Amino acid sequence: MSDTHAHSASYVRDKMLPEQAPPVTQVGAIKWLRENLFAGPLNSILTLISIYIVYWVVIHIGPWIMNGIWEADNLNGCRAIRNEIYGEGVPAACFAVLTDRWHQLVFGYYPSALYWRPILALLLFGGGLAPILFPNLPRRLYILSASAPLLCIWLLWGGSIWMPISVAVGFFVGYAAFKYLTPVVGSLGGTIAAVLLPILYWLLLAGPLAGGLQDVLPLGIQAVQSRAFGGFLLALVIGLAAIVLSLPLGILLALGRQSDLFIIKTSCVIFIEVIRGVPLIVWLLTAQTLLNYFLPPGTNFDLMLRVIIMVTLFASAYIAEVIRGGLAALPKGQYEAADALGLDYWKAMQLIILPQALKISIPGIVNTFIGLFKDTTLVLFIGLLDSLGVANAIRSTTDWNGIYWELFLFIGVMFFISCFSMGRYSLYLEKKLQREHR
Amino acid sequence: MSTLTDPPKPAFRLSQLIYDTRYRSITIQVVALILILAALYWLVNNTLDNLARLGKDFNYGFLSNPAGYDINQRLIEYNNQMSHGRAALVGILNTLLVAFLGCVTATVLGVIAGVLRLSKNWVVNKLMAVYVEGFRNVPLLLWIILIFAIMTESMPQPREFRGEEATQSMLLGDNVAITNRGIWIPRLAFTNSISGNEAVAPVEDAVPVASGAADWLLILGVLAASLIAIRFVRRRADRIQEATGDRPKTWYIQLGLLIVPVGIVFVILGLTIVSPYLRGFNFAEGIHLRNSLIALWIALSLYTGAFIAEIVRAGILAVSKGQTEAAFALGLQPARTMNLVVLPQAMRVIIPPLISQFLNLTKNSSLAIAVGYMDVRATLGGITINQTGRELEGMLLLGAFYLTLSLIISGAMNFYNTRTQLKER
Repeated sequence: MSDTHAHSASYVRDKMLPEQAPPVTQVGAIKWLRENLFAGPLNSILTLISIYIVYWVVIHIGPWIMNGIWEADNLNGCRAIRNEIYGEGVPAACFAVLTDRWHQLVFGYYPSALYWRPILALLLFGGGLAPILFPNLPRRLYILSASAPLLCIWLLWGGSIWMPISVAVGFFVGYAAFKYLTPVVGSLGGTIAAVLLPILYWLLLAGPLAGGLQDVLPLGIQAVQSRAFGGFLLALVIGLAAIVLSLPLGILLALGRQSDLFIIKTSCVIFIEVIRGVPLIVWLLTAQTLLNYFLPPGTNFDLMLRVIIMVTLFASAYIAEVIRGGLAALPKGQYEAADALGLDYWKAMQLIILPQALKISIPGIVNTFIGLFKDTTLVLFIGLLDSLGVANAIRSTTDWNGIYWELFLFIGVMFFISCFSMGRYSLYLEKKLQREHR
Repeated sequence: MSTLTDPPKPAFRLSQLIYDTRYRSITIQVVALILILAALYWLVNNTLDNLARLGKDFNYGFLSNPAGYDINQRLIEYNNQMSHGRAALVGILNTLLVAFLGCVTATVLGVIAGVLRLSKNWVVNKLMAVYVEGFRNVPLLLWIILIFAIMTESMPQPREFRGEEATQSMLLGDNVAITNRGIWIPRLAFTNSISGNEAVAPVEDAVPVASGAADWLLILGVLAASLIAIRFVRRRADRIQEATGDRPKTWYIQLGLLIVPVGIVFVILGLTIVSPYLRGFNFAEGIHLRNSLIALWIALSLYTGAFIAEIVRAGILAVSKGQTEAAFALGLQPARTMNLVVLPQAMRVIIPPLISQFLNLTKNSSLAIAVGYMDVRATLGGITINQTGRELEGMLLLGAFYLTLSLIISGAMNFYNTRTQLKER
């Protein structure tokens, strides 16, 4: 450019040219397409392959869903309607099976007049969860959190109102023992009494008390057997119960595994590794076939309760590992600072260590919960009718013999919605907590 | 508890066991030990009581009794006159087979999906997001059952391949047949097998991996020798590069070393491809992959692949851009940047969760129960238990198998972690 000075050039433009529109390839949709879809040969090939895959899926599944038939009494009725409207052999989903049987897929064989009870229980559970998830709600709502578990159990299984009340009394017994015995026998004695007295009360007194009160004043709602639970309700009950129970257990196990006390540490490590090393299905089969060997002769308790216990133990081992990661990620200075403040072990854990460690491990915990929720489908193999089991049952009726995809689609969508929203919540929480640290 | 001047030692008082932190830990441990032992005693005692009440004893003698049931997929020789122990071994091999196949395909799928999910291409990116979220958020069991249903309900019957006006035809030049009874693929046979000619004989129903084992061992040996030779070539190239600054071109030597010796062995052994063909009502010859294996394999691969994709994505994102830029500034070529700078760092993030995904896949293979695949849960933990009534022994053995497997894998992972840990000074 050095030789084109203004004075040696034969022509110098002396007025501004009007602004021109950028080339068409550099603006709008075309630019976007060029940059995002056809940036190079490999990229273009990938785009074409992807578009072909989407196209293939859409032309194979699209008409099937769009032609879906929602009103029919059975599969043959569906086919007749399809032949009438679209002609023979045209793909058309028979969603009539969902209109006909959705309540079974969702509630199992729960009496249909009592559907309000699981729904109310779920709302109560959500209400109980709210003050824990959103800390700026009034503290009075913790009463709801405390009473929700027993109320939910009562609503789901029904029976006498006095049973949950007399169980709840046990907690007050423990609280009273702790409060009034501590000044007398010291904090250690108070703690032991607060643990032992309620257990004695539940074992010896709670049953007769509830029975007696029921005789005096019969109050209650219709009892529902565990057998009646099924479908998505079963997955929710097992999943939520196991989630609620496994979190505290997992925290204790994680603390035990980090502990300096050799025996406690060893037993926690053995427990966690054994539980994690064996697939859930083997544990469930163990609960079904072997539990009778390990309990005193003649004991027999509800299969669903066994499953909840097994799933809880299983999930707690996984949660313990997640929380251990959180504990290990804390800088050592936090532990030393807590010691320097003169806090004892439990105070240090409660006030300094756990709030930070739990915060770090939230994504892992939620992922464990998602896995746990998906794993509830395995109860199919020990004879509980979860949604896949109900689908098999529906398929084996004469009305709906041979129907597959519609049921799978429905179940898949239900699980997808619940698991996906849990995953999004964990992402949101992660982002929020990250911002707080900044 | 550091002291400058030793105070006079007070006599030990019993209350120190509770109030003195030096002794309290011992008290707590003793109490815990007593409680744990009591619980164990209670469990064992109950078990013994129950066993006595049922008139059973506890022994593993049943493992050497004849099993009396058939297993439709076996990697080693087995018939129903062989022992329960042998049946369990067949099941173990089947579990390991599907776990191995699943791990390989899940890794391939996961790496591809993870890399593509980082692509700037909008369509590819979204498609991969749909794949990952779709598979991660739906139970594996549903996928297994769904794919099994697709295989059995939507695939053509073998008879549709028959005759002049066949409605279906085999794929890949008449070599692969996809039917509702499974998929038939060609198998490799050796006409000049060093272990005799039995390998060409038709094998019914089994996946004949074990046949011609000596030939495959020979090929593996040659392959290993080639790899060692390639290593030498690379070392030499490194030396020359360090001495002169120029790296000699070696890729054709490496390729030749990899292909030629194995090719020669193949020719000497007389490698032939035995394709399946329609005989009677079914296909014969070739390798029969049953629907149960296919459904389990595909579902496990797709499901675990979605998780691996997220791991790979996180691993690549974890290497900061400055590392690549620094490598370029040093004058490294893009390929060597990838090999020497990016991958070693990404691998440190990727490998541990990847291995735990492999572990999950192996444990999830016990969902074989949904499609009737004969894995160790089905043989040892299923039919054997039902036939012998030895629930306790069978389940313990089954648990021990899975536990050993996962302890081995996590041991390997810990070894890797300690070796690749960042050395903090």
